[in-house]
Amino acid sequence: MSIRVENLIHIYDKGMPTEQLALDNISFTAEDGQMVGIIGHTGSGKSTLLQHLNGLLKPDSGRIVIGGTDITEPGVSMVQIRKKIGLVFQYPEYQLFEETVAKDVAFGPKNLGLSQEEIDERVREAIELVGLDFETIKDRSPFDLSGGQKRRVAIAGVVAMRPEVLILDEPTAGLDPKAHKDVLAMVEEVHRRTGNITILVSHNMADIARLCDKIIVIDSGKLVTTGTPYEVFSKKDELRAVGLELPPVTKFTESLRERGLQLESTILDIDQAADQIAAYLKRKAK
Amino acid sequence: MIRDITIGQYFPGNSVIHRLDPRVKIIATLLFIIEIFIVDNFLGFAVAGLCLGAVIAVSRVPLGYIVRGLKPILIILLFTFALNMFMIDGHILWQWGFLKITAEGLRTAVFMAIRLILLIIGSSMLTLCTRPLSLTDGIERLLSPFKKIGLPAHEIAMMMTIALRFIPTLLEETDKIMKAQQARGADFETGNLIHRAKSLIPILVPLFVSAFRIAQDLAMAMEARCYRGGEHRTRMNEMKFKGRDYAAFALLALFLAVIIVESRIF
Repeated sequence: MSIRVENLIHIYDKGMPTEQLALDNISFTAEDGQMVGIIGHTGSGKSTLLQHLNGLLKPDSGRIVIGGTDITEPGVSMVQIRKKIGLVFQYPEYQLFEETVAKDVAFGPKNLGLSQEEIDERVREAIELVGLDFETIKDRSPFDLSGGQKRRVAIAGVVAMRPEVLILDEPTAGLDPKAHKDVLAMVEEVHRRTGNITILVSHNMADIARLCDKIIVIDSGKLVTTGTPYEVFSKKDELRAVGLELPPVTKFTESLRERGLQLESTILDIDQAADQIAAYLKRKAK
Repeated sequence: MIRDITIGQYFPGNSVIHRLDPRVKIIATLLFIIEIFIVDNFLGFAVAGLCLGAVIAVSRVPLGYIVRGLKPILIILLFTFALNMFMIDGHILWQWGFLKITAEGLRTAVFMAIRLILLIIGSSMLTLCTRPLSLTDGIERLLSPFKKIGLPAHEIAMMMTIALRFIPTLLEETDKIMKAQQARGADFETGNLIHRAKSLIPILVPLFVSAFRIAQDLAMAMEARCYRGGEHRTRMNEMKFKGRDYAAFALLALFLAVIIVESRIF
């Protein structure tokens, strides 16, 4: 599986005074096993881009080729696209509606027209994959759960469709630090176990730097830069120009460097930062 | 899809129509509606249509945008048209089995269709050219004389403001939920009636939950800012009639006179 996005353009409210160019010539690719991070300021066009990948929005021009099929072509069945691409929206717990957790998670697989056994198996697997205990939670109402649990159930609802590409739009927004950590660990686990493409949108630069193999930076619908976390976060000024910050560790080590400490540039990892600083102090003591 | 609904929407602009006092526009719309019902011949409609056309031209709201707003009522329009055309007795023009079209029926059908279209375009001009907030301010001011007989004018206006304010929010919410469920493979477009009604549940349940959440948050935010109704409330922008408002009243009176005279003569 691979994703190839070519020259994607999308215009909102075409022909109205409120007309807006939401995506302006976006191109990128992603390969199997990659975790791709999309970062950008609020309103930069991230969510619009994600909805295109899932076929919910149609581009005004450009192509999206997923595993050999161009999903922008007319006549491509939506069920086929959704089997391949799972999209978890922001605050996905707001889409919960069933009486029990198990029924809610089964909604997606059911819509794919699977057999009852297959659905049951997938529901159990998905609920366990998101780190919940199937037996204790399956018959509870999704509305009685805690915020973090609701979020997990909602993500399980998409994971149960076994998509080859899993897209998560700010999966940790509005969660407390503990739930934030748990949900990210869960995303990492799902990614590792399936070995598919995961696309992660986040405002948390530390998470993005730690988890992703590739980062895409978007501003006002335009692709600003793309590359590995190291490549992207070494372009400090370019990021600042579009209102994005460096990860806290990088910010810290960069400001140390500005004050004359000889450290490597663009340190993304806290252990690496500690080693570098210790090494510097040792060198200085000599 | 859901973005296409234009009824009750505001079309941002800075024309004279947009800048008129909302009270003038409300009164004008009410009078226009009354006149549409007074008129009993096509010449009257031509006059009303011409005046409405002038207002649209001055307001600079694109005609295409207004016509798009008629789409949702197309079915009602066609239904009344067909009903009038076939149901009224008179001089028969065309007959097939029990279906017959009479000259009188055809005339009434066209007449009613024009009346409906004028009515809807006329009243949608009010919301298209008036910010929802000034609209409800205008209503509050117009209703305030009735406070003496116990009408809670401020509360009514506040409820309308909130309702209007949250229409786009709830539409957006619906759009979001629909997309989220579509991403989980939900299908709202195909299947028979029962299947389609069932497919609404995954939208309606989260939508109700959202609506309650929004209402609760709003009530809390209002309380936190010490809102306690209209008593002793002052406004930042007091409404005052200006030159253009009196000019509009004069034009309105002229229009009213023409329509009345016209319907007397013909």
